[in-house]
Amino acid sequence: MSSRHLLSIEDLDRSGIERILARAASFAEVSGREIKKLPTLRGRRVLNLFYENSTRTRSSFEIAAKTLSADVTNFNVSGSSVEKGESLKDTVQTLSAYDPAAIVIRHPHAGAAALVANWTPAAVVNAGDGKHEHPTQALLDVFTLTRRIGALDGKRIWIVGDVEHSRVARSNVLAFTRMGAHVTVCGPPTLIPRGIEALGCDVRFTLDELRDADVVYALRMQNERMKDAYLPSLREYVATYQINGRRLGPRQVLMHPGPVNRGVELSGDVVDSPQAVISAQVEAGVVVRMAVLYELLAGARTPSPQPAHRVLA
Amino acid sequence: MSASRLSSMPARPAELVIRGAHVLDPNAGVDAPHDVVVRGGEIAELTAPGAAPVPAGAEVLDGEGRHLLPGFVDPHVHLRTPGQEHKEDLETGTRAAAAGGYCAIVAMPNTDPVLDSGPLLRALRDQAAREARVPVGFMPAITVGLRGAVLTEMAELRAEGAVGFTDDGKPVVEAGMLRKAMRYQKLVGGVLALHEEDPSLSGAGVMHEGEVSARLGLAGIPSTSESTMVARDAALALAEGARTHFQHLSARESVEALAAAKAAGAPVSGEASPHHLLMTDEDVLTLDTRRKMNPPLRTEADRQAIVAALRDGTIECIATDHAPHAHDEKDVPFEAAPMGTTGLETAFAAVYTGLVKPGVLALELVVERLTAGARLMGLPTPRIAPGEPANLCLVDLEVEWQVGESGYESRSASSCFAGRTLSGRVLLTIAAGAVAYRERSFAVSAA
Repeated sequence: MSSRHLLSIEDLDRSGIERILARAASFAEVSGREIKKLPTLRGRRVLNLFYENSTRTRSSFEIAAKTLSADVTNFNVSGSSVEKGESLKDTVQTLSAYDPAAIVIRHPHAGAAALVANWTPAAVVNAGDGKHEHPTQALLDVFTLTRRIGALDGKRIWIVGDVEHSRVARSNVLAFTRMGAHVTVCGPPTLIPRGIEALGCDVRFTLDELRDADVVYALRMQNERMKDAYLPSLREYVATYQINGRRLGPRQVLMHPGPVNRGVELSGDVVDSPQAVISAQVEAGVVVRMAVLYELLAGARTPSPQPAHRVLA
Repeated sequence: MSASRLSSMPARPAELVIRGAHVLDPNAGVDAPHDVVVRGGEIAELTAPGAAPVPAGAEVLDGEGRHLLPGFVDPHVHLRTPGQEHKEDLETGTRAAAAGGYCAIVAMPNTDPVLDSGPLLRALRDQAAREARVPVGFMPAITVGLRGAVLTEMAELRAEGAVGFTDDGKPVVEAGMLRKAMRYQKLVGGVLALHEEDPSLSGAGVMHEGEVSARLGLAGIPSTSESTMVARDAALALAEGARTHFQHLSARESVEALAAAKAAGAPVSGEASPHHLLMTDEDVLTLDTRRKMNPPLRTEADRQAIVAALRDGTIECIATDHAPHAHDEKDVPFEAAPMGTTGLETAFAAVYTGLVKPGVLALELVVERLTAGARLMGLPTPRIAPGEPANLCLVDLEVEWQVGESGYESRSASSCFAGRTLSGRVLLTIAAGAVAYRERSFAVSAA
C-alpha cells in the first residue's frame, strides 16, 4: 500500500488491490493448517475502536490480528468515556498513548477514519465510516469473487438494494470497477442517491435486466427505511427487489455482506443455493484483513522505545 | 430615524488627511485619485491629489497606489452574543468587521437566549454601545424562540431599534405564520429577512445533494429545499406587499424564483455570500468542516448563476453570513460539525481575488454590492462626499496574503478560505467617523 493507512478504496489502484489479494491468498494456506498462527506482528498492539455495534467485522479483525500474533484490544463505545462526552479526538489521543501499531475504527460519520489518521501515529484501518466506505469489505468481496470466477475484467456485477445508506455499495462500486468489472446499482429510486453515477456505475430501478449480470450482490434492507418512509412497505420491496429462485439464474453468483434478512432482500432458497458465496465472504474476511494489517505493519518499524524520562505517577 | 438603529462604543472622531488614494465610490459617483480630508469624524473635502491643506493636529496618511472605498455594510452576521461568547462576542466580532473594511453590520438573533424581546434588545444595544468597534444593528426574531409559532412583539422591538426581523438559521416553516408576520409588518415596518429551507426536503442533509454527496455517502440538501421556499415566500410577499429579503441564496433555481418575483413586482431582494460566489461542493471532497455551511456549497452551475445574478442586480448585495464556531466544535467528523464559516475578514479579498482580478466582475460593482446591504436594511448608505460621516476603508489591492489558521480578529479561525492566497488587504477602516481598524504594518506616515 502506498499509504500508511487504509482509509478508502479511492486510495488504491488496481495493482494495490492485487498486492493485498495476493498476500491474502498466501494467508489462506495458513488458515488450512492446524496451528493457525504466524509470528509476524508479535509484540505489536492493534486496537479495535468501534463506535457502532458490529460483531462480525470486529471479530473478523480480531481473529486476523491474533492470527498474526498481535495483541488485540477491543474498545466498545458503550459504557466508555465516550458516553461521558469525550470527543473522538480526545479518545484517539488517549488510546494513542498505549502506542498501538494500528487502530481499526468503525464510526457512524463519514471521514472519521481519515480524521483519526491525523490524530494518531498509528496506522489506521477504516472498518466503516458512516455511509461513506468500508474498504476491507470491498477487498474481501473482490478476493472471494476472483477465487470463484477468475479475473473480473468485463464481468457484469449488479448491486441491489438500499444503495443510499450503504458504505458497502460505495466501496464495492469503486473496487469492482478498478478490477475491470462493469457495475450496475439497482434499487428503489428513493434509495439510490442522486449523482451515484459519478462513481462509475450504471443505475437501474428494476430487475428487468438482471439476467445480464454475472454476479448479483444484494444489500441488507433495514427496517428503519420503512419507518423513514423511503418505501411504502416491506412487502412491496420484496415483490420488486427480492433476489429469489425465480430471479437468480443458475450461472449467476450471489453475494451479500451479511447479516442476511432471510425473506427480505434474499429468499431462503437462494441463501442456501450453490450460487451463494456468502460464507466464503466471511472466510475471506479474515485472510484479507490479515493481508491489510500485514501490508500496513509488517514493513513499518516498531517505534523505538521512548527515553526513560517519562514521569510515572 | 434609521441611524439610531445602530449602536457602537464612543470613539474619538478622526482628524486626518488621506493623500492621493484612488477614491472609488459608485454611490457618490467618484472614481479618481483625491486627497480626502476627515475633520471631526466627517468628510470635510475631496481635493486634487496633494492639494489638501492639513488641519492642525490632523494625521496624514499616504494613500498613493491604494484605493479608498466606502466602508462596507454586512446585513448578515452572527455575533453569538448573548450565550455563545466562546465563539464570538460583540467586541471580537466588530473588530473582525473593522478588519474586513466594514463600517456597519447587522447581527442575527439565533443566540442563547434568542433575541426575541424588547428588554433583551435594549440590553444588547447597551452592551454594543460599550463594546462594539463598528456600529451594529440587530435583527430580532420573527417568531418567539425561532419556533415558528408566535410572533415576537415587533412593535416594541422596532421601538427599541430593531433593524428588521429574521428567524435566520431556521426557516419560517408555516406559510400561514409568515403571512401573519408580513401583514403585521404594515404596522411596524422593517424588512423581513428569510433563511429559506424546507426542513422536509433538507432533512438530515449536511451538504449539497449531488455527485459529491453521493460519492462521500453524505445526506444531501437538494436545491429545491431552498428554491421552493423562495418561490412560496416571494408569492406571499407579492400578495401582501411585504418588504422581504432572501438571505444567502445558493441555488440557481432560487435565483430564477427571485428574478420571476421581481418581474412580477414583488418587493423582494436577495443576498449572496462570498463562499457561494467562489466555492462549490467539489471543495467539500476533503471533508474540511470549515466548508460546511447552511445553505451548502452547491455546483459550479449554481455558483455561476449566483455570480450572474449579483452582476445583473437580481441579487443586490454581498453578505458574509459570518458564522464563527470554536475550533473544538469544528474539529470533529464532517457530519457532526456545526454549520458555518467566518467571513468578515476575508470577504473583500476573496471576492476581489476570485472575481474582480480575473475580470468576472468590475471592482466598482463589487464595492456597490458590499455597501448595498445598508439600503436594503433601511440603514444610511456610506458615501465618500463632503458633509457625510466618515465611513471609509483604505485597501491595497497589490498586497497578497495567505488566509491562515490564526491571526484573526474574530475569536474563530474557522474560515472556508483557509490556505488560500488572496490579494487585497484592508489597511484602515473608519466607521461612524472614528478609526476602527489599522493594519499592523500600515505605518503612520509623516506629515
